[in-house]
Amino acid sequence: MKLILHIWRQKDRQSPGKMVRYEVQNVNEHMSFLEMLDVLNEDLIARNQDPVAFDHDCREGICGSCGFMINGVAHGPQRGTTVCQLHLRHFKDGQELWLEPWRARAFPVLKDLIVDRSAFDRIIAAGGYVSINTGGAPEANSLPVEKTKADLAMDAAQCIGCGACVAACPNASASLFTAAKISHLALLPQGEAERERRALNMVAQMQAELFGACTNHGECEAVCPKGIKLENIARMNREFVQAACLHREPARETGGA
Amino acid sequence: MKLDARIPAGPIEQKWDKLKFDMKLVNPANKRKYKVIVVGTGLAGGSAAASLGELSYNVEAFCYQDSPRRAHSIAAQGGINAAKNYQNDNDSVFRLFYDTVKGGDFRSREANVYRLAQLSVNIIDQCVAQGVPFAREYGGLLANRSFGGAQVSRTFYARGQTGQQLLLGAYQALERQVKAGTVKMFPRHEMLELVVIDGRARGIIARDLVSGEIEPHVADAVILATGGYGNVFYLSTNAKGCNTTAIWRAYKKGAAFANPCFTQIHPTCIPVSGDYQSKLTLMSESLRNDGRIWVPKKKEDTRPPSQIPEEERDYYLERMYPAFGNLSPRDIASRAAKRVCDEGRGVGPGGRGVYLDFADAIRRLGRQTITERYGNLFEMYERITGEDPYRVPMRIFPAVHYAMGGLWVDYHLMSTIPGLFVLGEANFSDHGANRLGASALMQGLADGYFVIPYTLGNFLAGVKPGDGITADHAEFAAARRAVEERLRRLLAIQGKRTVDSFHRELGHIMWEDCGMSRHRKGLESALGRIRALRGEYWQNVKVVGEEAEINQALEKAGRVADFLELGELICRDALERKESCGAHFREEYQTPDGEALRNDAQFAHVAAWEYAGENASPIRNIEPLEFEYVHLAQRSYK
Repeated sequence: MKLILHIWRQKDRQSPGKMVRYEVQNVNEHMSFLEMLDVLNEDLIARNQDPVAFDHDCREGICGSCGFMINGVAHGPQRGTTVCQLHLRHFKDGQELWLEPWRARAFPVLKDLIVDRSAFDRIIAAGGYVSINTGGAPEANSLPVEKTKADLAMDAAQCIGCGACVAACPNASASLFTAAKISHLALLPQGEAERERRALNMVAQMQAELFGACTNHGECEAVCPKGIKLENIARMNREFVQAACLHREPARETGGA
Repeated sequence: MKLDARIPAGPIEQKWDKLKFDMKLVNPANKRKYKVIVVGTGLAGGSAAASLGELSYNVEAFCYQDSPRRAHSIAAQGGINAAKNYQNDNDSVFRLFYDTVKGGDFRSREANVYRLAQLSVNIIDQCVAQGVPFAREYGGLLANRSFGGAQVSRTFYARGQTGQQLLLGAYQALERQVKAGTVKMFPRHEMLELVVIDGRARGIIARDLVSGEIEPHVADAVILATGGYGNVFYLSTNAKGCNTTAIWRAYKKGAAFANPCFTQIHPTCIPVSGDYQSKLTLMSESLRNDGRIWVPKKKEDTRPPSQIPEEERDYYLERMYPAFGNLSPRDIASRAAKRVCDEGRGVGPGGRGVYLDFADAIRRLGRQTITERYGNLFEMYERITGEDPYRVPMRIFPAVHYAMGGLWVDYHLMSTIPGLFVLGEANFSDHGANRLGASALMQGLADGYFVIPYTLGNFLAGVKPGDGITADHAEFAAARRAVEERLRRLLAIQGKRTVDSFHRELGHIMWEDCGMSRHRKGLESALGRIRALRGEYWQNVKVVGEEAEINQALEKAGRVADFLELGELICRDALERKESCGAHFREEYQTPDGEALRNDAQFAHVAAWEYAGENASPIRNIEPLEFEYVHLAQRSYK
């Protein structure tokens, strides 16, 4: 089969970019979308042109490296699927496709389809963890966790941090990403001690990175390759409101003998 | 080269505790004066960087991905072993130790494996405290499942995404230290050279993959946790970016490379569908808990599986290995699959596949239970193949998965270069000639959370922080020049073939002649062909683009250049190891019924290769292995 691609080409962060048209011949329905781009790139190199740069690594839908817009949809037309797991059997011979990087102020384009998602790391660094050091952890089974809660926590923890939620959101909000981590830890007894600080600090960091606010469009949930649910955002909002009302800074330590 | 494994004296149960007490400590106020470089942020590197940061060492961590959370540990599906004996099925530290030494076909170091089994229980405690959402029973306690090579149920899991959850736990701990200022993170950076000064590892040369800038980084110790080299086969279950460059550069600077030919072929992967294929996808070994593996009894039987009656199916693992059945260890299950396909009984396109069938399990347990256990794996299978495994049996075939070989390390996890430590898959230490399922995650985290924080302290306590070395030192300048020249040379060749075409050809040679089974003639021929291919590479490769920009073709070109050298060492190691053991199967050495035939008299040792210069043959050094606790015996899973 053959595909016609219009791909966003941008040399670096500073340069302006533009859509460029390519025809990819001799691809077949069993290929993954990224394997199709490999074919295009081999061809571009043969013609002394710069291959299309795109982030990818595991190619099995779990590392969260890959992702771009296909015809305006993050990760393309198949629900619950990262672009590396999307196969050409979902496209028609001769179909015309537009590929663009994630568009968000907080995700500057570095080259072609690659964006800088380091803002996500900073949101996690703001509080997306349980503050325990290595060593001295209590015996694992000394803390039973209700199975339903553990399952809900796991549902939220599956987030791969790809950024599709931001790209799909008309406000470029990172609410689904941030909420997934807040939910995961708020649902577990291990996360209890820092519940309020975590919600306050992670939400503040999300805003500081210039992500937009959530206005309940639900586009994020629709494109999330891991099926992270919108209810996590509701949980984040509750956690945030509760923390904003109740949180007190801990007492300063005073000296001993 | 002198190989001193520094194994502590005393009974095996006491070695680690004794060493911990004997090791020197660094005064808490001095720890921040020591700079430590950690390359790689998977389970081993991420947990090491986080734990060292918590101790307040001054840590710099590097990864080639855009975030430390993306390291390939994230793709591990099935689980992590620990000798908790929660199931009351008579598990123990000694049994996990015994299973691992036996599973590794007696080519690992007893003392290291025992320590691994001891630490396994701490890992689960640590990860649960971090909030890793492991699977639980209705009573709220942790659930377990079974894995290959064991008759107890000791594998902890988080659906089919155990690696992801453990890595995110380590990543979050790491980000906490980034915030605290003890760890400085360098994402999109690739280590291209190790700097050794006065015989000690003193830093690295890294390339900023965004700006293309070449940067020197000085440290008091360097930790490599850069994963395995399975991509030397081109097609493997590794991520596309996984490479050997960091450990290969260290090898060429004097670190011994141990047992490179021990490469694991995983029995349950989705078969290759065409020559454009860019990688292979694993289907977790945990599927063998409930799935049954079979092929038709008749050769070239093209009937759809549903039309083949029960009595015309050969459940060959259950037939050949009744005691372990579908849960036989990976090397054995892979070879059995190859054998039935070679007999012409394989299924699917090209006859390179076997069925993994869940029909019985669905009848017995109901679809709901199977969905709970393996739902995401079934979805992944369907996305890739377009077939529904609830209705049609999965087709699977073995694929390259894990490197048991790696840089040689002693009991302290230090390589033959003082100050250079190697953790996780990048070292050779714990799995012998074959790794058991759910042991890689265990080793990565044991090394990073619980071994390196102590052994590194012991090393650093013996050296002065900084020691007057800066990035202006002549060795740094020379290493930097070497890196720049190499990149420029790759860009200047402007030949006719792409990097990928060379990589595919190398992979093909490796798979055909140094894959699931090997023989002298094939290996000798492979050595010649790899050398010729490497010669052509440096004349005829074509890398477009520039140095000072994001240039993914240039990144790949450097990695493949190193694979072309490593491939030769792997074949050489396979040629010299004149026995069959674990994943290393030499056709000349087998029992009458086709099982691996070890030669303990001559090969109960680690082969540690020493680089001897560009045009000289590497030197094969030996570390003898002694088995005091697990007695040498032919492995039997029958």
